[in-house]
Order: sequence, then C-alpha cells, then structure tokens
Amino acid sequence: MTTRSVSGSGSRPRPRPRWTLRVVGGCALAALTLTACSSGDSDDSGDSGDSSKKSASGSSSEELSGTVTVFAAASLKESFTALGKTFEKEHPGTKVSFNFGGSDALAASITSGAPADVFAAASPKTMKTVTDAKDAKGTPATFVRNQLEIATLPGNPKKIKTLKDLTRSGLKVALCAKEVPCGSAAQKALTAAKLKLTPVSYEQDVKGALTKVQLKEVDASVVYKTDVKAAGGKVAGVEFPESKQAINDYPIAPLKNAENAEGATAFIDLVKSAQGQKVLGQAGFLKP
Amino acid sequence: MGSGTRRRRSGTPRLRAGVPLPLLLPALAGLVFLVLPLVALLIRAPWRSLPDQLTSVAVWQALRLSLITATAATVVALVLGVPLAWLLARARFPGRRLLRALVTLPLVLPPVVGGVALLLALGRNGIVGRWLDSAFGVTLPFTTAGVVVAEAFVAMPFLVISVEGTLRAADPRYEEAATTLGASRFTAFRRVTLPMVAPGVAAGAVLAWARALGEFGATITFAGNFPGRTQTMPLSVYLALQSDPAAAIALSLVLLAVSIAVLAGLRDRWMAAS
Repeated sequence: MTTRSVSGSGSRPRPRPRWTLRVVGGCALAALTLTACSSGDSDDSGDSGDSSKKSASGSSSEELSGTVTVFAAASLKESFTALGKTFEKEHPGTKVSFNFGGSDALAASITSGAPADVFAAASPKTMKTVTDAKDAKGTPATFVRNQLEIATLPGNPKKIKTLKDLTRSGLKVALCAKEVPCGSAAQKALTAAKLKLTPVSYEQDVKGALTKVQLKEVDASVVYKTDVKAAGGKVAGVEFPESKQAINDYPIAPLKNAENAEGATAFIDLVKSAQGQKVLGQAGFLKP
Repeated sequence: MGSGTRRRRSGTPRLRAGVPLPLLLPALAGLVFLVLPLVALLIRAPWRSLPDQLTSVAVWQALRLSLITATAATVVALVLGVPLAWLLARARFPGRRLLRALVTLPLVLPPVVGGVALLLALGRNGIVGRWLDSAFGVTLPFTTAGVVVAEAFVAMPFLVISVEGTLRAADPRYEEAATTLGASRFTAFRRVTLPMVAPGVAAGAVLAWARALGEFGATITFAGNFPGRTQTMPLSVYLALQSDPAAAIALSLVLLAVSIAVLAGLRDRWMAAS
C-alpha cells in the first residue's frame, strides 16, 4: 500500500481519501453496533464522540449524546423499540441500540463482559446473576410486571375458560420449560390451583410456546399477557385468576461498565416515567 | 509427529520427513482450534458431582431416547437415501442437478428452519399432516416418531452425498455386465452394486447417525420437548444450561463420550470408503 501511494499520489489523488473515508465509516458503523471503538476500561479514546460525551456529564441531561446500549428481555421488544425512538427524538444526537433476547442469555453475556449500558430482565432471578457478579450499578428497580394468560386459537374453538380446562383429555397444551421464567411462573399458577397438567411439550421459551399455538399445532399454551397482545389476532387470550399467584417482576438497572452512564440513567428515567409506563401499559404490562 | 524413529508398517508415509513448516503450523493451529473447546469441557467438568448427575433417571431417559431415535433415523435414511443416491448417480433425467441441490439443502439450512418447514408440511395443520390427521388420526409433532422424522430430515443428506460419491467412483461396467448376463436392473443393484459401495454406505450411515444424535434445532421445533418422549440429549443439555450449568456440562460429557466411541470404533471402515 505504501509503495503505491508514493508513486500514485501525484497523478491519482482520489483513492487515498476514499480509503480513509471507508475506514472511518466502517469504524463508525462498528461503533454503532459495539457501542464504541474503544474498550470499556480506557478513559480517553480518540473518538470524536467521546469529547462531547464528557461535556454532557457536567451539565444537565438534555445534552446527552452517543449510543445507549440496552440489553432487554425479548418480551420487551415492541414497547422498548417504541421508547427508544422517543428517547432519540427527545435527545437529538443520541442513538439507542437494543439487544433483545432471553434474559438468561443476556445476563450471561453481560457477566462475561459484553458492552452494555442498561439491562432490563424478565425476572429478578436473571437480574440477580448480574448483581451477584457486581456488574450492576445500584439496586435494580422493578419497572413493570407481567401476568400469565392462556393463549388459544382465534375464536377459542375448544371453549377454554379456566386453567382447569387445560387439563381436559384430548387437548394439546404447550408450556414453557420449568427452567425458564415463563415456565416457573406457569408451574406456580398450576400449583396454586392444585392442578396437574401434562403438556405435549415443554418449550424452550415463551415465544416457542406461542408459536405452537399460532401454527395450530397445540390448542393452547400458557404465555404472558403481553405475548398474546403482541400476537394480534393470531391467538385469543383467556385470563385466569390463578395468574395473580405468579406475577413476574421486571427489574431494570444501569451497568457498571457502561460507556454511556448518563445515557443509561436517562433511558431508565424514561422507562419509569409516566410516558414510559403508558407505552408499556399499552403492550399489556402491569404497573409495578 | 514422534513416529519418525518408530518403524511403522509399510505403506504408511513417515511424517517427520516431509511436512513443511507453512503447512505444519496452520495444521496445528487448526487442531488446537477444534480440540480446545472439548478440552475446556473436560477441565470445567464437575467431576466430583458427576456420579450424582449421571445416575439421575432424566439423563438415562434422554440418552436412551437419543440412541433409539438416532438409530431409527439412520434406518430411515438408509431405506430412502440409498435408492435416492443411486438415482442421482446412475439415472439420467432433466433437472438432476437441481434435484441434487434440493436433496442436499438440509445440510446448509438452519435446523430451526427445517423444523418449521416440517411443521408446515407434517404438522397437525400442515399440508400433508392435516390429511394424515383427518384420515388416520396420526399427528407427528410431539411424538417420538416426530423426533425420528426431524433427525432423518437433517441427517439423510449426509448419507445420500456419501453413497452418491461412492457410486460415481464405482465402475458401472460391472452392473452392465450383470444385466447382459440376464440379471434385472434391481438384481444387479442388489447383488453387484450394493456390495461394491458397501463401505460408502457404512460411512454415510455413521455420519448420518452422528448428525442425528446431535440434532437440536429441528427436533425442538418440530417434536417439542417432553421428557421421555421427545427430549433428546441435546435438548436436555440446552435446558439444563438455563438453570444448572454443571448438569449441562455433565450431560455434554456423556454425549461427547458416546460420539467419540462410535466415530473412533468405526474409523477404519470409514477410512476404507474414501
């Protein structure tokens, strides 16, 4: 490369700036996805965005900038995406990038050093993994709660009205595996109702249980209220009183290794604000 | 590498003499890359609690189911796959290339996609499954037969590719000679072709069996996860990982040991195929 630039710089000056542009662009792109080009522990990197971030720390939260990376439970996808857009509009120059997934998997990647500013989990147990590893800053706050609901085929052709109806013979039911939050919650509700239910499958996550209903492979599954809502008309929801015994708390916390600590605090404030609670309520979440 | 001083049987080339450094270094790096994760599994294994982990009923249930379904899937693959391989290698018809591409598609398809496709075809509401359900009352999802179907779907291309390759390498003149001597095409296939390509069939069967044993995505999507009925070893490893990583490592060790035992035990026959 060096030999070429020496001989070619006089006659053809174009390739070089273009090349630089591409590198800068690539780095910017990488920065968007990986939060920043620098690693978490270095204070001053050569990034242009970093200096403005520092100035923001001194003044009010209105001068936020940079990317806020949020790791959030898959069930928060719709509502958090909407809140992310609101946040970007309220704080021009910022960007919220999300990593949605199973809470266990997210917690595992945070404790093994993934670059994140905020963690929102679907259960206190998964948040505990992060706080135990001393990766969270302060005490996590419960920002919403989620209740179970029976998801059944549109129009409810099997006429399922109660949790007990699921134990009818000839009915195919999918539950979440006991190892994942929706499964342990379902088990809690069944125990509270003193029911014994043998499903055809213990699904690996809540979306798996819902999909089996959408594809009409099972007649019903026990999922979160928010999942039924998100599925639109593809499934029908049946509420059952025992679900009150198994309500899941969703904790949120800023992370210790956050690149953008001010952004993290501001995003959590938005989630807890009346406006944030309204968006989450519309998705089917309950107030904490 | 240390075989330089030891005399080996005739026919085996001596290693030390002719390995250039630019080949040796990447080769060793490749070896480390493939073996290191397995070593990590061994190092981090909860050896002390291992006996307790492995004597649990759930483990044996999953292992037994895995062995049974993988074997059944291999039988299915043999019965359907060998004729299919013959068709691809010997018959001439338009669109053969496209057919081969379609047959080998499950090799590169994400297994979960395969599982969804199976549900749409053979599920209770699938294009064929709907008819199976109404006419015979048979539904494949969430049954052990469903596990076999999912595993066979993913594993059969390995067998087909292996057998087809062997068939292409085998001289078709022997079959032609048999037919000129009065044997039917099927007799020629049974008495001449099949014995000729037996090593290739065995190699393909072992590959298919090993792939079926490790199948995860298509199985959990199509057959679900129920202990004793559809929960195979890979499924129970994945779910154990959510709550009890030590148990997951213990289960992985069992699967690893079984796979190595089978692959190593059949290595010689496998090698003879190539």
